[in-house]
Amino acid sequence: MQTVAKRNVSPDPDESLFDSGLLDSFALTDLVSGLEAEFGITIPDRDLNPRKFDSINRIVEYLENQG
Amino acid sequence: MAYLAGFGHYLPARVVTNAEIGARVDSDPAWILSVSGIEERRFAADESLVDLAVKAGEAALASAGVVAAELEMVMVATGTSPRNFPGPAVSVAERLGATPAAAIDLPMASAGSLFGLALAARLARGPILVIGAEKMSGVVEREPLEKGVAILFGDGAGACVVHPSRGRLRVIDSEICSDGAFAEDLKLEQGQPLLMNGRSVILQASRKIPAVISAVLTRNELSATDVPVFLMHQANQNLIDRVAQTLGIDSTRFFSNIRRYGNTSSASMLIAASEWFAADDSPPLTPVVFAAFGAGFNWGALLTETHA
Repeated sequence: MQTVAKRNVSPDPDESLFDSGLLDSFALTDLVSGLEAEFGITIPDRDLNPRKFDSINRIVEYLENQG
Repeated sequence: MAYLAGFGHYLPARVVTNAEIGARVDSDPAWILSVSGIEERRFAADESLVDLAVKAGEAALASAGVVAAELEMVMVATGTSPRNFPGPAVSVAERLGATPAAAIDLPMASAGSLFGLALAARLARGPILVIGAEKMSGVVEREPLEKGVAILFGDGAGACVVHPSRGRLRVIDSEICSDGAFAEDLKLEQGQPLLMNGRSVILQASRKIPAVISAVLTRNELSATDVPVFLMHQANQNLIDRVAQTLGIDSTRFFSNIRRYGNTSSASMLIAASEWFAADDSPPLTPVVFAAFGAGFNWGALLTETHA
């Protein structure tokens, strides 16, 4: 999140990353690429619903579901 | 494969500045420029969608040195047809004097002209006129005005003659793709406001456009660095820049006129191609890549090389 937001941030796990201004459309693209690189996974385009990545907890939930 | 023999475009005269459109949706002109790269767009007044398409088509025929009576087919891509059927293609073909050439509508926003070029290149036994025409002003002015939509779009038309045996650009390869899972993320129903999930559109376009360009280039043993000119749907300057960044090339390789015309949906790629074609002085045998992404989602890329 620090890299994507380009500043030190520590969002509440349930806080909307879009509503708080930490993510915009293009930063979301960077976040998804960062998750793929960090966790060594490929996130299919079909899974790329912005709502799935709208909070830290939602991102964690998505990653846990990937096994 | 076939050749792209000539391009043409037409833009209505009335210039709508960011100050004018911004006043209607309570947006600062500088903010509009920063989020889109757009400074102004054109809105047609009394001209119809068919009027715009015919003028662009006539310009492309003149550029290609083809007369309408020679045409085998006329394709018109648009997301803003004012009626369900018949679509504008039959009227455009009749007005151009192309009857009885087959007139085919591609009711596709943004990616329609790219699909038209790809299909025409595969089908052409005689000259095929592909037109992208949009009258987006009638859409963005529908209430309730939505800021993220109203600031983006403009009117215009672009056209290209696809020829089976001659032209300055030879079509090498193309790939066109669709995924209806995202049909609700960008849609326009008759008489309704345009609905756009901008986050989903940007996210998908940012991944799909570079991917399809890379796929077409790779199977032709090329890389993005080999391509001096990209002619892409003019959706948003920030998206164009993002696609260039993902491909690892400077965004100056992407011809851009979005600052002056806004997003003209299916017309934009051919308007850009027409302006590039008129000004181009590139040497022979350089690759030129077309690419687009739009509602559906539909997306694709087409690889050409300049032909002596």
